[in-house]
Amino acid sequence: MNIPFVRYNNLGFITSSTLIVIACISLLFKGLNLGQEFTGGIALQLKYDQKAELPKIRSSLSKIENVDFKVNNFGSDNEVKITFQSDTELNITVDTVKNQLEADNYLGKVVMTATVFPQIGEELRDKGGIAILVAMLVILVYIIFRFQIKFGYGAIAALFHDVLIILGIFSVFGLDFDLSVLAAILAIVGYSLNDSIVVSDRIRENFLDQNKKGSPEVLINDSLNQVFARTIITSFTTLLVLISLLVVGGEDLRNFSLALAIGVIIGSYSSIFIVVKVLLATNLSKKDMEKPKNEPEESYSLD
Amino acid sequence: MNQFKIWQIGLIYSVLIVGIIFAMPNFYPTKPALQVGFGASSSVLNTNIFQSVTSELEGKSIEFEKIELNDNSLKIIFDDVENQLAGRRALAEYSDGDFIIALNSEPSTPEWLRSLGGKPVNLGLDLAGGIHFLLEVDTKRYSQERLSSEGASLVEEFLSRNINASYSSTGSEIKLSFINSNNLEQAREYLNQNNFITSGSKYAISQSGNNINLQYTNEYLAEIIDYAVEQNLVALRNRVNELGVSEPIVQRQGRSRIVVELPGVQDSTSAKKIIGKTANLEFRLEARPNDSFLRKESFPFKNQPGRTVFLEKVIVLTGDNVTNAQSSFDENGRPQVNINLDIDGGRAMQNATKDNSAKVLGKGRNLGVLLIEEKTKTYFDENDNVIQEKVPVRQIISNAEIQNTLGTSFRITGLGSSQEASELALLLRAGALAAPMTFVEEQTIGPSLGQENIEKGINSVIIGFILVFIFMLIRYKLFGLSANIALMSNLILVTAIMSTVGATLTLPGIAGIVLTVGMAVDANVLIFARISEELKANVDPQNAIRNGFSKAFSTIMDANITTLLVALILYAIGTGPIKGFAVTLSIGIVTSIFTAILVTRSLVNFIYGYRRIEELKI
Repeated sequence: MNIPFVRYNNLGFITSSTLIVIACISLLFKGLNLGQEFTGGIALQLKYDQKAELPKIRSSLSKIENVDFKVNNFGSDNEVKITFQSDTELNITVDTVKNQLEADNYLGKVVMTATVFPQIGEELRDKGGIAILVAMLVILVYIIFRFQIKFGYGAIAALFHDVLIILGIFSVFGLDFDLSVLAAILAIVGYSLNDSIVVSDRIRENFLDQNKKGSPEVLINDSLNQVFARTIITSFTTLLVLISLLVVGGEDLRNFSLALAIGVIIGSYSSIFIVVKVLLATNLSKKDMEKPKNEPEESYSLD
Repeated sequence: MNQFKIWQIGLIYSVLIVGIIFAMPNFYPTKPALQVGFGASSSVLNTNIFQSVTSELEGKSIEFEKIELNDNSLKIIFDDVENQLAGRRALAEYSDGDFIIALNSEPSTPEWLRSLGGKPVNLGLDLAGGIHFLLEVDTKRYSQERLSSEGASLVEEFLSRNINASYSSTGSEIKLSFINSNNLEQAREYLNQNNFITSGSKYAISQSGNNINLQYTNEYLAEIIDYAVEQNLVALRNRVNELGVSEPIVQRQGRSRIVVELPGVQDSTSAKKIIGKTANLEFRLEARPNDSFLRKESFPFKNQPGRTVFLEKVIVLTGDNVTNAQSSFDENGRPQVNINLDIDGGRAMQNATKDNSAKVLGKGRNLGVLLIEEKTKTYFDENDNVIQEKVPVRQIISNAEIQNTLGTSFRITGLGSSQEASELALLLRAGALAAPMTFVEEQTIGPSLGQENIEKGINSVIIGFILVFIFMLIRYKLFGLSANIALMSNLILVTAIMSTVGATLTLPGIAGIVLTVGMAVDANVLIFARISEELKANVDPQNAIRNGFSKAFSTIMDANITTLLVALILYAIGTGPIKGFAVTLSIGIVTSIFTAILVTRSLVNFIYGYRRIEELKI
């Protein structure tokens, strides 16, 4: 197998740039459909014996003034999720909703209620952003220590690329961005890195190998071909479990598994196109490898 | 030849066997149980109760498996739910509603396993059902109130030294104003002498004209806030214990928040009421002997059975006004309790004591402190609905002579021992919250949803695992089988570690496990891809296997260490669902390194290592 990845590099670069521009525009103008954990607010989950009649619930709740209720099915036809922002004095609570529905004789079984006050939401948003930045910084330091700074640039560029595109997809399609999606994105930071490291590792190995001759382009292309099967297989097995989560994991894990699935695909793609693009752009050469910061430990040998 | 030494194989498989043993408790069914508590006011818990409960249940022919006596509660385990509910009704009736009874389920982990420390994994609220509260301590208001009450007592202190002073408090500062510089100098001297403003102490001082501005130093502020939050934590624990919930969680989160988790509770309104209830102390003067019965009431002492005293019906102040109480020693080394009141409390105390002290009367009147405990009596009707009744119980915890006019800070002396002093201080503080709190997050999860989440989670693990299993078997044949066995060992080890270290499993946690299943395979894929490359380069099979494992090693380590770093950052910064995910992900990564490399290797060695292989395909 010999796929000329490096030759298609510019194609990949154009695709990624376009996607990132779209993502940024959407994030700037449309923003994210932030979940209740971030915005603060109240949510109730109700379960009915039969198919829930949403218009009935909406008309009942319309009697409560000053509040805009969102009423949607959740998971199945029998289940309903009601979300809303309380008024400024926070007078309208879970109980107000329960009482109103009960008065109209259409209160199902209350399976879950959640109230998040605005200040918590704000804090979570800040913390989430900080978490992603700290994660990236730690990783950069680790890679510089273990590899070489050019690989660090490559891995971080790939991370930014992946995170931006996932955020973009959530923004463009208006998918619920809740706390679990934030966790998924952080997991993707780890996963994408995994891919970038495997690729970088192999490139370094080939650059260090004195028997291997050829321009950096050729060496990098060989490396990509060597790890390609592994990249596909690993992404595939991870996708297998994510599909199982997506299908049977239920509504609560849907956006989480979706974000991860998108991230796995994009992470694999970026390890091939973005990392390589950066390595080529920074003119990675055999010279860069002359003083490797740290030889891989070959001490592992149990036989 | 690719062979492990005997001790290496022994080590790998003993780890797995230990893993299996500690994962086992999760596979035993749970049994219905009752947890019976006896409330704060009762200290009658002893073997007598053990026996009377036993005979009560036997008398009503309610079958039970066994009764255990723990620190301050009884645990009764039943064979079925009917007996459990009948037992609950019977014991509520027997105790006239005094017992705090919680329905519980007890793992039927066999004795030998339990003695090894084996226990099933803790389930988070999203899996077990229950109520979650997040409370925020209003530290700003707390420090303001404290500052202004200290301003008041400083001014009192100055006036008693003939220093003319007044104060005002603005947010984070007290402003002491003096009529002239002479008074100001005297005040400074006093502050100096009492170590208020030496370096490293509580105030940062600044001066402008005839004013002294005092501000808490950052260290001192952090210290008192820390103290207040801890104090609230204690008070909340006491209150939550009244709810009769089995295994509640009351935990500090960050600098000024407290998480309360009540598994199995559904009625958030009444839970909120108990958690948010206000102070329960009353200060009243002891009645004069000739006071009419219309003006006085008789109360028992808490720690001296039989002794009673008449107190006036007029309440001087309540526990709301108490800002702090601490035991210490006086100049002569005798135990005492120092009490601090807020400004209103100080004023009320001053009014009540100025004409009744020993200084005025020669022999001062006594000031009694009443502790009011709201006892909840719980009964159950035929349909096992809960019926609760609240009965306040008032008992005297202190009745001491008033020596002098009292203000915002005073002390109770004449206590028998330092232990008595610290108990009294605890009681004075216990009811009240040290700092005001507000609810910032509230969540109830119905038991059916929890059960559903467990099923969904387990199903997705199983289905994801089967899909990967089939794929690996088809793609890598015998190598794939080794990887699959390693994967299974990984699941077992994750379960075992989660159970043993007492980590809490949540729905996102299950997602973390599912994800490690996907990623653990990666290590094996890397190894197998290397072996196949070696074979293509015409290396002989045994060496190809050896090289495959050793060349993939550093890649696997780098990839896993970075992911582990991310998981640890998630754990450190994240809350709630993110933390649950980070826990299983970190554990999963660590165990997967062990299983994917060592367990797989040992299996591959077992299959190929002991013979000549002419041809190897992968």
